[in-house]
This record gives sequence, structure tokens and C-alpha cells, in this order.
Amino acid sequence: MTYQFDFSVISDNAWALFIGCLQTLQLTAVAMVGALALAVLLSMGLRSRHTALHLPIVAFVEVVRNTPFLVQIFILFFGLPVIGVRLSPAVAAALALTLNGAAYATEIIRGGLESIAKGQTEAGLALGLRPIQVFRHVVLKPALRAIYPSLVSQFIFLMLTSSIVSSISANELTHVAAVLEGRTFRSFEIYFVVAGLYLVMSALLSAIFALTYRVYFAYPTAR
Amino acid sequence: MEHLGTPELLLLANGIKWTVLLTLIGFAGGGVGGLLVALARASHIGWLKVAAAGFIEIFRGTPLLLQLFVVYYGLSVLGFSLSALTSVAICMTLNASAFLGEIWRGAIQALPQGQTEAARALGIHYRSRMLDIVLPQAMKLSLPATVGFLVQLLKGTSLASIVGFAELMRTGAIVSNATFNPLLVYSIVAVVYFVMCWPLSLYGRRMEKRLAGAPVAG
Repeated sequence: MTYQFDFSVISDNAWALFIGCLQTLQLTAVAMVGALALAVLLSMGLRSRHTALHLPIVAFVEVVRNTPFLVQIFILFFGLPVIGVRLSPAVAAALALTLNGAAYATEIIRGGLESIAKGQTEAGLALGLRPIQVFRHVVLKPALRAIYPSLVSQFIFLMLTSSIVSSISANELTHVAAVLEGRTFRSFEIYFVVAGLYLVMSALLSAIFALTYRVYFAYPTAR
Repeated sequence: MEHLGTPELLLLANGIKWTVLLTLIGFAGGGVGGLLVALARASHIGWLKVAAAGFIEIFRGTPLLLQLFVVYYGLSVLGFSLSALTSVAICMTLNASAFLGEIWRGAIQALPQGQTEAARALGIHYRSRMLDIVLPQAMKLSLPATVGFLVQLLKGTSLASIVGFAELMRTGAIVSNATFNPLLVYSIVAVVYFVMCWPLSLYGRRMEKRLAGAPVAG
């Protein structure tokens, strides 16, 4: 007996899969913005003179980077209710992805900030810029330019990681696939096509990030 | 709330064993596969380069979870009735081949071109050129990234729990359901993963620092 492929399940549910893609992109966008903001704050904390801040930040980064995302989201979603904190799947998913992305981005940004020579900061201060202006224009922007490629691949990886939130039934593409599978039992057809959709979204994000780089980071920097 | 006793801890220990085994299988299989992919990608044979690049793109551009599903259901569609372990091991091997292939390709191409040219000028054949000259240096150069991927692979094996394979994460879920204390059980699971991954991460970082100080012979 040979297996009969039946891809009609895809065309019949094309709209649901499309919505799933949009949900995945939306979740990723929220997590990316949150992660980037948090990571900039955390890497500023790592550079601050208040050394009491350093240990908790380093601990957060190391713990998140050295445990699986699946465990992290299970602790947030199944574990926290034990101490009375109940999160909806959507909130738990966004929070877990943000924290996970922030830990990786902190490590990348920290490296970028270290690569900016101290003389730059001193020159900025000597020119009369305030410390926050120096940080933003003289240190942060060139640092982000230098680490842009690593940051981009980390964010694309974050989009791929978002598939794991289907395990707590948060709404995104893999969850849509799981629901369709439960209804039609066309497991292979569905997951094969959905894997292809992720590939397309990866390519799409790469293209968008390449464009962003040209708009925002390209030399000459008149601003 | 049920007590977390010896049977539960033994179950978790059994899960740890399978997590480690799965990681080792993936890393060994991926080591061989990755070497082939890296050599193909760095070769000068057009179709081989394209095939290797395509393989790498597919596995790096799709979620590991979906790869597990496709291999798991795909193999049964093709008429193989394989255990969860076999299909997970196959998937981990393919995934590791793609990632390690890309890491090692980068290292091979990061070596100064002059080395290959000098070896060719001396009449050293491809096999010896790669085995004795290029690969030993490339492997050393790529050690931090390779160790970094090993951590990623170890963490990735947790996804095997979703297709029902009883590694650490899965046994954690079973124990959690039996004892009604997900916070405690998943925290223990997290600590175990951390204890396995963190030394590797530290080792990788130390290698990176050491290599940053050592110039590559031009």
C-alpha cells in the first residue's frame, strides 16, 4: 500500500495559513522590538558604574542562553501559576520570546559597544555633548552598525524559535498547522508546506533587514 | 501537591541519559555530515556548491521543530516505520550537518588563500592538502563556533519531547503532571540543562579569547 499525497488540505486552508504567517510575523516583531529595547538597557547596565547591576544582568543572560526555550516558556506558562501569576498563552509567548531575544541581543550589543574606542567617547564629551548624547550618537549607533549582521541573524532565529510557542497553544503559524493536522490527519503535507512558509518568511526578513541597513546605517551619515 | 521522590528523580535521570545520547548522536552524525557539506560548499564544482548551499539554507531557514515534524511524518509516509528515537536522531544529524557545514565552510574560506596555492604549487593533492593543511587549521579556527553550536544542539534536543521522545524535557513533563508542581519540576529541568550547557559555553568563550590573540600564519 502506498501513501497518496493530498495537498488539497493546503489550498482549502490557504487563508488560515496566511493568517498564521501574519501572526508569526506580528509576534516576532513585538518580541524583536521589546528584545532590542531591553538589550540596550541591559548592556548600558553592564557598562554602568553601579557594579551591583552587573551580576543580575550577567546571570540573566547566562541562564537564558544556556537553557532551552521550551523550558523557559513552560516555566512562564505552567510554572508561574503555582505562585499565583497566570499569563495568557499570547502574553506568555510574547514575554518568553522577548526575554530570550534580549539575552542573546545583550551579549551581541555588549560586544559591539566594547569595540568602540574610548577616545570616541572622550572626544564627544570634549565637544560638549551630554553623556546620553554621546552614548546615543557616538557609541550606540556605530556599535549597532558593526554588529548589525549578527543581530539580524539572531532575530531571524527568534522568528524560527517562535514556532515553539505552539506548544502552549499560542496563536501563530505552527499552531495553525497543528490544528489543521488534528482535523485532517494530513501531517506530512501540512508540516512540509509550513516549513516552506517559514523558509519564505526567513528570506523576507533578510530582505527587509538589508533594506533597513541601507536606509538607516549606510554611510555617509548626515544626521 | 505530591512529593517529589526517588522514582521521579530516577525518571529524570533516565531523561538526562537520553538527552546526552541524542546530543552525542547528533554531534557525531553532524560532524561527518558537516565535514562533507563544508567541503562541498568550499569546492570548485558548481552543482556541488549549489546543492550544499541549498541544503544549508533549508535547514538554517526553517524551525528545528518543523524539521522534526517533517522527518517524523515524512519517513512514515515513505513507508519506514521508525521509532521516535531513530527519526529524531536522523533529524538532529541533518540539522547539525547544515549548521556545522556552514561554520566549517566559513573557517576553510577564512584561511589565507596562499596556503592552498602554495600546497598546489608543491604538487600536494586535494586529499592531503585538506587533511594535512587546511582542515587542521580550520578546525582550530572554528572551535568556539563549533562549541557554541554544540550548546544549541543540546538545547534543541528538548524539542524531541514534542514528538513524544522521552528525553529530559519529556520526563520533566511526565513528572510535572504526576506531582502537580510544574514550577519546581521545570526549574529542576532548567538547572540540569544549565549545568550541562554553561561549562561548554564558558569553554567556547575561553577558546575564542585565546584565538583572538593568536594570528593565523599567512
